[in-house]
Amino acid sequence: MRAAIIRFPGTNRENDVIAALKRASGQEPLLVWHKESELPDLDLIVLPGGFAFGDYLRPGAMAALSPVMKEVKRQAARGVAVVGICNGFQVLTEAGLLPGALLRNADLRFVCRDVHLRAETDNSIFTSSYGRGQLLRVPIAHQDGNYFADQGTIDRLEGEERVAFRYVAGPGEAAERANPNGSLNDIAGILSENRRILGMMPHPEDATDPIQGSTEGCGLFDGIVKSLA
Amino acid sequence: MKARVHITLKNGVLDPQGKAIEHALTALGFAGVKEVRQGKLIELELAEQDPSKARAQVEEMCRKLLANQVIENFEVEVEA
Repeated sequence: MRAAIIRFPGTNRENDVIAALKRASGQEPLLVWHKESELPDLDLIVLPGGFAFGDYLRPGAMAALSPVMKEVKRQAARGVAVVGICNGFQVLTEAGLLPGALLRNADLRFVCRDVHLRAETDNSIFTSSYGRGQLLRVPIAHQDGNYFADQGTIDRLEGEERVAFRYVAGPGEAAERANPNGSLNDIAGILSENRRILGMMPHPEDATDPIQGSTEGCGLFDGIVKSLA
Repeated sequence: MKARVHITLKNGVLDPQGKAIEHALTALGFAGVKEVRQGKLIELELAEQDPSKARAQVEEMCRKLLANQVIENFEVEVEA
């Protein structure tokens, strides 16, 4: 599997993604600077978390216009798998590769804690190893994760089973605490129409090693590797 | 030529910052604040001297970068 990780000025979770991919695939992914305008043929592109361009104007707005994004769009159009995590999800929505937008968290706070997610579909390479309905505990760390889209878009995402992950209450957790940012329909992650692009606010890469307190994010990377290897 | 872009959240898009300001104003004793919506003001200094060309140029900037039309409206003001 040939994977590339895109780094913008202000990206800071690239090493976490590299470690998670190496653990799952045994291979070292390419690390690509955002100014590159050509990429080799790839199986997977990851846009990791961070604060690309300092979140200026809107999170992801500047990064969406970086030279490398033309190439990301070209490869995505060919069916190459693309994952945007946290800031990467914001970049994908700003670039028009995924619908909707990520607004400021409803309580205005930067939220850094573990959340519980439910995998909502097994029909994607990203969720295939979880199966529908499986719960996983992974961390979040963001201030702008409040997913918004117009009602027609939300209805389409739900109708086409394109909500990949939803925030749910964990064991013993109050229901009103489950959604950490006010996102519509408790949406934590969505899929593109062809189901090859995933954007999600939580950080599965930071739940792939026992020292991180959870290994429940491994399934996402294992699923990708199994499908693309 | 100067241009100003006012960017506001569309109706129906939750504005938690506006809500927080509204609560703070009420807490300060300003009675009757029914709603606060927060937006952005962007000022540009352009080489273009023709007002209608300048407006068209700035509207294109809004569509490509300055505003996210999924959640925001924009209004362009060109200084005569």
